[in-house]
Amino acid sequence: MAHRHTAPPSDTALRVKALESLLVEKGLVDPKALDEVIDTYENKVGPRNGAKVVARAWVNPDYKARLLDDGTAAIAELGFSGVQGEDMVVIENKPKVHNLLVCTLCSCYPWPTLGLPPVWYKAAPYRARAVSDPRGVLKEFGVTLADDVEVRVWDSTAELRYMVLPERPGGTDGMSEAELAALVTRDAMIGTAKVAAP
Amino acid sequence: MAEPLIPDTMTALPRDESGQTFAEPWQAQVFALTVRLSQAGYFTWTEWVDYFSAAVAADKDRAQADHGAAYFLQWLAALERIVDAKGLASTQELLERKAAWKDAAHNTPFGEPIELRRVSAQG
Repeated sequence: MAHRHTAPPSDTALRVKALESLLVEKGLVDPKALDEVIDTYENKVGPRNGAKVVARAWVNPDYKARLLDDGTAAIAELGFSGVQGEDMVVIENKPKVHNLLVCTLCSCYPWPTLGLPPVWYKAAPYRARAVSDPRGVLKEFGVTLADDVEVRVWDSTAELRYMVLPERPGGTDGMSEAELAALVTRDAMIGTAKVAAP
Repeated sequence: MAEPLIPDTMTALPRDESGQTFAEPWQAQVFALTVRLSQAGYFTWTEWVDYFSAAVAADKDRAQADHGAAYFLQWLAALERIVDAKGLASTQELLERKAAWKDAAHNTPFGEPIELRRVSAQG
């Protein structure tokens, strides 16, 4: 061989380069806007947005009422809204009702509050078993529910995204909103975890 | 309610502790392309989900074998289909452009960026 070539890109990488270069060339997408989308979802949006919503609902009963009544509007009050204009519905965990989110079709997810979905949420086993065996799934995530606790499974769609409002743990009286938000995990807002007491 | 895709005898669920979303740069690119095209009104997010869920359903076997990589491969397949269906970039154009990139890569000296103008030198 006379000289070395750059390692050939994978077939997949070539397909993506073909798509991107054609769409940019035709003026259908702006390359700078692509970078902004990636930056926003990797760094700016994320479960911290959702945690702020949850903490506000815990300390402010009026906000909580608005949140459960019209999730999209109440979440927008804190400055979070979706790129696709999807509707957000917030469902409340109670002592006798535990809620679990799934998208059986693909991976619809409450992006405005939780960012991009975790790997397991997108995976076929979770999508199937969250529906067929929610208690078993919860157990694998370390959540064991008493027999008299009802499990409700919510199947997200393109137009409708759910978010769980987890129960406020005991021992948190007098904590500030920011301190409370720090306790709230992504999984608690999907329903695969509870918020642990500090 | 959708039929469960796999039997209950499934082994432990995959978990991610890192929260990593994109394993490779191309995954971020297909994601961003889709979001931007939808924001620009070339298709609605509902239309996108129809294409994407169809690609997921058509690819059940791989989804079970390797969920992480499968997800964005299904996403890419759906994006190729929707841009063709919406007249944004035809399947033929995509194939030709992919071949051009492959040719450019082959004709790029080691360590230099791959550019489309590096067409085949022969002939």
